[in-house]
Amino acid sequence: MSAGADWRSAGPWDAVVVGGGHNGLVNGAYLARAGLRTLILERRPVVGGAAITEELRPGFQFTTFSYALSLVRPAVIHELDLVTHGFQPLVMPSTFCPMENGDALVLGPDRGENLTEIARHSRRDADAWLQYQHDLTMVARALQPVIDAAPPDLLDPSPEARAELAALARHLGGLEPKVLHDLVRLLTGSAADFLDHYFETEIIKGWLSASGVIGSRLGPMSPGSGLVLLFMHLGQHDGDLGSWAFHKGGNGGFTQVLARAARAFGAEIATGAEVDRVLTAGGRATGVALADGTEVTARVVVSAADPRTTFTRLVDPAELPAQLVSDLGRYRYQGVSSKVNFALDGLPRFPGLVGGRQDHWRGFTNIAPSVEYVERAFDEAKYGWYSTHPFVDCAVQSILDPDMAPPGRHVLSCFVQYTPYELKGGASWEAEREPMADRVQATLARFFPGFDDLVLQREVVTPLDIEQVAGLPEGNIYHGELLAPQLWAFRPAPGWARYRTPIGGYYQCGSGTHPGGCLTGAPGRLASYAILADLADLARP
Amino acid sequence: MLRHTPFHSRVAAANETSLWSHWSGHLVVEQYQISERWEHAAIRNGVGIFDASPLRKYRITGPGAEGFLAGLLARDIRRCAPGQAHYTVWCDDRGFVDEDGVVFRLGPQEYLLTAYDPNLALLSERAGAGGARRGKVVVEEVTDDLGILAVQGPRSHTVLAALAGPELARLRPFELLAARIGEAAVTISRTGFTGDLGYEVICAADDAPTVWDRVSEAGQPHGLVPFGQVALLISRIEAGLLLYRVDFQSARRAENDDQRSTPWELGLGWMLAGIDDQSRPFVGRRALLRERDEGRSRWTMMGLLVDQVTYDAVHHEAGVTPPYAFHPVHTEALVYDGTGADGRDGEAVGFTCSFTYSPSLQRHIALARLRPEAAVPGRQVALEFTINHRYVRIGATVARNPLFDPARRKAVPAPLPPGLAP
Ligand SMILES: Cc1cc2nc3c(=O)[nH]c(=O)nc-3n(C[C@H](O)[C@H](O)[C@H](O)COP(=O)(O)OP(=O)(O)OC[C@H]3O[C@@H](n4cnc5c(N)ncnc54)[C@H](O)[C@@H]3O)c2cc1C
Repeated sequence: MSAGADWRSAGPWDAVVVGGGHNGLVNGAYLARAGLRTLILERRPVVGGAAITEELRPGFQFTTFSYALSLVRPAVIHELDLVTHGFQPLVMPSTFCPMENGDALVLGPDRGENLTEIARHSRRDADAWLQYQHDLTMVARALQPVIDAAPPDLLDPSPEARAELAALARHLGGLEPKVLHDLVRLLTGSAADFLDHYFETEIIKGWLSASGVIGSRLGPMSPGSGLVLLFMHLGQHDGDLGSWAFHKGGNGGFTQVLARAARAFGAEIATGAEVDRVLTAGGRATGVALADGTEVTARVVVSAADPRTTFTRLVDPAELPAQLVSDLGRYRYQGVSSKVNFALDGLPRFPGLVGGRQDHWRGFTNIAPSVEYVERAFDEAKYGWYSTHPFVDCAVQSILDPDMAPPGRHVLSCFVQYTPYELKGGASWEAEREPMADRVQATLARFFPGFDDLVLQREVVTPLDIEQVAGLPEGNIYHGELLAPQLWAFRPAPGWARYRTPIGGYYQCGSGTHPGGCLTGAPGRLASYAILADLADLARP
Repeated sequence: MLRHTPFHSRVAAANETSLWSHWSGHLVVEQYQISERWEHAAIRNGVGIFDASPLRKYRITGPGAEGFLAGLLARDIRRCAPGQAHYTVWCDDRGFVDEDGVVFRLGPQEYLLTAYDPNLALLSERAGAGGARRGKVVVEEVTDDLGILAVQGPRSHTVLAALAGPELARLRPFELLAARIGEAAVTISRTGFTGDLGYEVICAADDAPTVWDRVSEAGQPHGLVPFGQVALLISRIEAGLLLYRVDFQSARRAENDDQRSTPWELGLGWMLAGIDDQSRPFVGRRALLRERDEGRSRWTMMGLLVDQVTYDAVHHEAGVTPPYAFHPVHTEALVYDGTGADGRDGEAVGFTCSFTYSPSLQRHIALARLRPEAAVPGRQVALEFTINHRYVRIGATVARNPLFDPARRKAVPAPLPPGLAP
């Protein structure tokens, strides 16, 4: 935490960042690194936003919201020198997909062993698996430069803007035709259709289709789920596109690394500092007013919060173009995800895997035994209720990181869908929180007999909690869904995708800007470049 | 015939991959598990155990032992008190390094010296030669009598202290503790080849299986993982620890001076802190003094940090997945001046000895010998790679070794993991 309250009187600042989520921390670190006197203001008592780790029971570390890492941009890792500050992703070597018939699909780090395991379910799918991974990776690689650059301004007729578009067209034109077509199929189609083209085995399709619905009000059969599936494959660890890790100390461990890096570059971080509104004069931002009345002066104000907060709470929408206000009005949040986290007395038992084997717990455990299972789970959510048989993405983080739980004990993070933000018939999440968690626990008990006896404690996080505690509107985990019309040059709205706002000196850098949600650091980084470019322009005589 | 180490029964049972390699005529595990990264992660994140028994071991005793070692080893053994250990090299008359090893001072007149290769002829010859010391030094090879189990990683102390007692916490790097693990009398030293918090347990060969069992059992709730050669070799490059026959050759067995190197050239000049002390002549001293005073070193051993963002981007632009080297590369590659980014070809200024991807540093790294004028931390150099069958130079930054050096490595008392701290 910052040294006392002296930041209140230490202005004026070059830059004030509103929000100490991971993007705010990244943005503040970059601005401080460029020599700007930078203040990061976080409403909550902790930084990290949706990426925090909390010791809810002595020795047990809970990743209350987000829990796994993949999309952090390598440029952020190296430019901010994160390794020095403790960046330590623990790459997951396995995936475990229990089946309803008691069997399971368990994949590990060996290509050959995985082919044998898949062939056990279908010989045909072993070939398909290699092809699927290859095809998806080709598309993911093609998009790497796109997610590492600010989107072009499609409305800007200037030669520079046109040149950016032309460069992108050249990049896409240089792809093999199949890669380009796969890209279009993924951007527009459903995960189920894409997977059907490759696989015949339900357990494989169920597992893979689930990554197409993460955080989204979509079923695997809905168009748009292909895009989410692709998005989840864009990250990398150790050069391996699509691989996922747990960060040492959970995702809160990661945001603590960012906070240390930001401070090392000279940024000041204040917690318990809620910003009420951005101060403006003559159409330019001049600083912020805190909820407690403190006013802080700065040349640049950056909102690291979501677009709704950025444009309708921190400033008066009347100051904004009507088109932007209208676009933001139809920007979809519609959260459908919950977390149910457990402190466990020991590892769950899966009767289908015998012999004291534990290596299957070294990664995600995916309760999504078929596409239909996930789609039916979605059906209920479409009509405003939570799934009877939810899709659950489980992770025993203490297996990879012994610091997460006392020796011999474990923490189990469960990401749950579907749990729509808005429940039908005026039902409230206050009343439904425990019944929802009971369903999740019953689902786990169905696959892992005796699960209930292991439970020492349970933490339930509904979409309403995500909204109220972490501040993500409607509990959408990404600051707005990852739908094609609200990504890239349209995120959060056409014409405003390059981190600037209609108010001079006021910028945006949260997950509601390109390339979008998840722990990427990309919006924070790309916004800092826009800000620094503008300041350089201003400084020019 | 290939020999088995004293831990073989346990090592063989734990080896899930059947991937073996050979080390000094012993069968050793290349990697226990499919994922070498998982084994490496245990070293940096939990606790791993490694069978280091194939090292040659020499017991050197007698009233003349100190004087004998003081005249042979580059580091001043007189400064190594009983209960301490030294990592040291020994040289030839021209100051070229012959080998390296750790010498454990078990008592005022008792030492245990480890080495990779046989050194009994050299040691006996010198021990027998000294007129005044004649009959006062006994050198015997005890390689087969002892097992060595390295216990390495942030939780190594937690696991071992549960067996050996709380005194372990106060042990400083390169200090020794006589302890018991179960029934077995052992010597625990705070040493290792990973650059992390870590210990080595030296035990009688017969006790080795028990020691393995006890340590494994105590480590189980801490995620203990046995690790093989691959994980060790990744971590030792991160830690800037040199490997005999990779980063340097034995002066005695080299074919020419290009293959030979001096402590100054290997970044081991710190061992020669007492070289101006007239009271200790040692093999190679004069040549080493001359090298220093006349500035005649040809190389300086440095670390290289590959610009990983560029490495990835250049591969992606070429339409290929960037290959990551999880198995350390021990073949020489030239190091060029300049970043290579401007398309201009800088001069060769050195060569890499060891190269690997470093999970801890999230980039490829190398140990490299550079011309002294290029061995400046922060200097931009370039390495050559092949992409789509063409040479491409990618930038790297020169840095001091060790490239990875966590505070816990040297912390006293040894840090406890969060949650277990009182
Ligand atoms: C349940 C859940 C699970 C998830 N799982 C994963 C996962 O496993 N992997 C992954 O990569 N992503 C995951 N995500 C998504 C990811 O966590 C988010 O996309 C990301 O953390 C958003 O980061 P951000 O910095 O853009 O915004 P946030 O983390 O939302 O940070 C915004 C910050 O601004 C602060 N703030 C808002 N208004 C104000 C104000 N007026 N004054 C001061 N401060 C203010 C907030 O308190 C908050 O700290 C998950 C999200 C959730 C909710």
